[in-house]
Amino acid sequence: MLARLSLLLGAALLAWLPAWQPEARAQLSIEITGAGAQRIPIAIVPFAGEAALGPGLSAIVRADLERSGLFRGLEVPPLIPHPTEASSVNYAEWRSRLADALVLGSVATRPDGRFEVRFRLFDTVKQVALGGIAYTLSKEQVRATAHRIADFVYEKLTGERGVFSTRIAYVVKRGNRYELQIADADGAGAETALASFEPIISPAWSPDGRRLAYVSFENKKPVVYVHSLTDGKRHVAANFKGSNSAPAWSPDGARLAVSLSREGGSQIFLINPDGAGLRRITSSSAIDTEPRYSPDGRSIYFTSDRGGSPQIYRMGASGGEPQRVTFEGGYNVSPRISPDGRTLAYITRNGGRFQVALLDLANRQVQILTDSDRDESPSFAPNGRMILHATVLGGRGVLSAVSADGRVKQRLSATAGDVREPAWGPFIE
Amino acid sequence: MRATLIATLAAASCAALLAACSTTPPPEQAPAGVEDRSPGAGKPGASQPVEQKPIASVDLTASRQDPGAALRDPSNILSKRSIYYDYDKFDVRDEYRGLVEAHAKYLRENPGAKILIQGNTDERGSREYNVGLGQRRSDGVKRMLLLLGAKESQIESVSLGEEKPQSEGRDEEAWSKNRRSDILYSGEY
Repeated sequence: MLARLSLLLGAALLAWLPAWQPEARAQLSIEITGAGAQRIPIAIVPFAGEAALGPGLSAIVRADLERSGLFRGLEVPPLIPHPTEASSVNYAEWRSRLADALVLGSVATRPDGRFEVRFRLFDTVKQVALGGIAYTLSKEQVRATAHRIADFVYEKLTGERGVFSTRIAYVVKRGNRYELQIADADGAGAETALASFEPIISPAWSPDGRRLAYVSFENKKPVVYVHSLTDGKRHVAANFKGSNSAPAWSPDGARLAVSLSREGGSQIFLINPDGAGLRRITSSSAIDTEPRYSPDGRSIYFTSDRGGSPQIYRMGASGGEPQRVTFEGGYNVSPRISPDGRTLAYITRNGGRFQVALLDLANRQVQILTDSDRDESPSFAPNGRMILHATVLGGRGVLSAVSADGRVKQRLSATAGDVREPAWGPFIE
Repeated sequence: MRATLIATLAAASCAALLAACSTTPPPEQAPAGVEDRSPGAGKPGASQPVEQKPIASVDLTASRQDPGAALRDPSNILSKRSIYYDYDKFDVRDEYRGLVEAHAKYLRENPGAKILIQGNTDERGSREYNVGLGQRRSDGVKRMLLLLGAKESQIESVSLGEEKPQSEGRDEEAWSKNRRSDILYSGEY
């Protein structure tokens, strides 16, 4: 199955799928605008008794998998008797329905009023069960449970970790109101972490996913805050004379790299998340900003116009002589290193259009991944498969995601207002 | 800090007003009205104009209530607070030299006065890099004010990047309004 998927991914065509409609309370809606031409056909049979949970558990699993661009959910007619994870599987019948994979499950009500969900995944080509899990949950945890099931299926069939249980942060601007929101990776279940009448930019997840660093202009200047998502407590991490901006967490969560103007210009400093231990690590007369740690914590990539135009550079995590990383084009900004450290996503100006580019750090090949023209703020999914970014569509800010191979595309837009500054959160252990 | 500033500004303004009074030549004394007691008084003669000269008022309290009046007087160059820039440029154009010099003079004469300079950019490109570009603009104005005698402690230069556009449009006309530095005095931010 794995080898087969790799082959399928080799095809380079865009398929168009109808929009998937999320539940009404979702503040972001997602639209798949491109997918791999060849996707794993999978039958996700509605779980026996799942109506007791309210929203369709199996439908959320299917939507998750389809959104990845790697799966195609098959329509399943009513089956009598309705199979469960314990049923014996007639593989020939599922092969005749063109399913390469099959998910069966059931939902039972427990004596304490909670529910138990069980499911099993089958490879109908190899005719083997690939495993299953049982979860105990309350009604409020249906979406979270569905995302976990989708993660399990995704990992078993593709060999890489799924990101359906992860969350995204972004900023919505409506009129003069700015909201920093957190939502599931599918845009559902959005919650507002901070509302303000002044701009909020550059949210950055702490490695443990519990805190966000960001820049708020509530004091008429940029100030870096650290905000605990569980209790809503926030504190100033950097508020020196001048501008304080562009926070990035070190992989161990012990430090923030920030861009400060306290000594003139915009220079990169390290500071502890509690505001102590300030140390300057660049020394130029240029703008040095947008620092990002490499996943191993040894390097910092950043944007600098020390060479006359904004380009991306790399230096040691405690400073040192920077090496230039981007050379093609006169405007390359917003470096984001992939989770495996092998590729660098950034924004390039390409004939007046701002687009997401991906640089292979080993062979120096650059690929432009998008065909939009006002892209900003790229952000890797924690498995490195998709890159979330902001763009503008019909005059409105929307979020878009593109796969690292450029083939799968999704769009998330709010029912009203501009959405921008996305940041994809880490895996939750 | 605020109270100190107001007191300082008030004192400075009073001093300025008093100085103005002492150097302006006093208006010519008007003749006092004298009753005509000459013979034939009581009979109406040629009619005389009734004159009452207006009093020139000196109000020392107004300046205390409103120390920054000059900063907001539309006829005063100090009320001009925005410096606009060409695309990808950071130097103060000649047409804004007078404005910057006036603010430098005010800061020199009012050592307690403090300002915030907010640099801004148009919307194109990275938000964070634009914070850097806006900072380059506000730093440039600050440097000029320091050369003209203002003190480091009076000035904070910051950047709002592309986040606070004056015009929301997406053309050069809008962008040219958004590439600017704004000067705000203490109490205005």
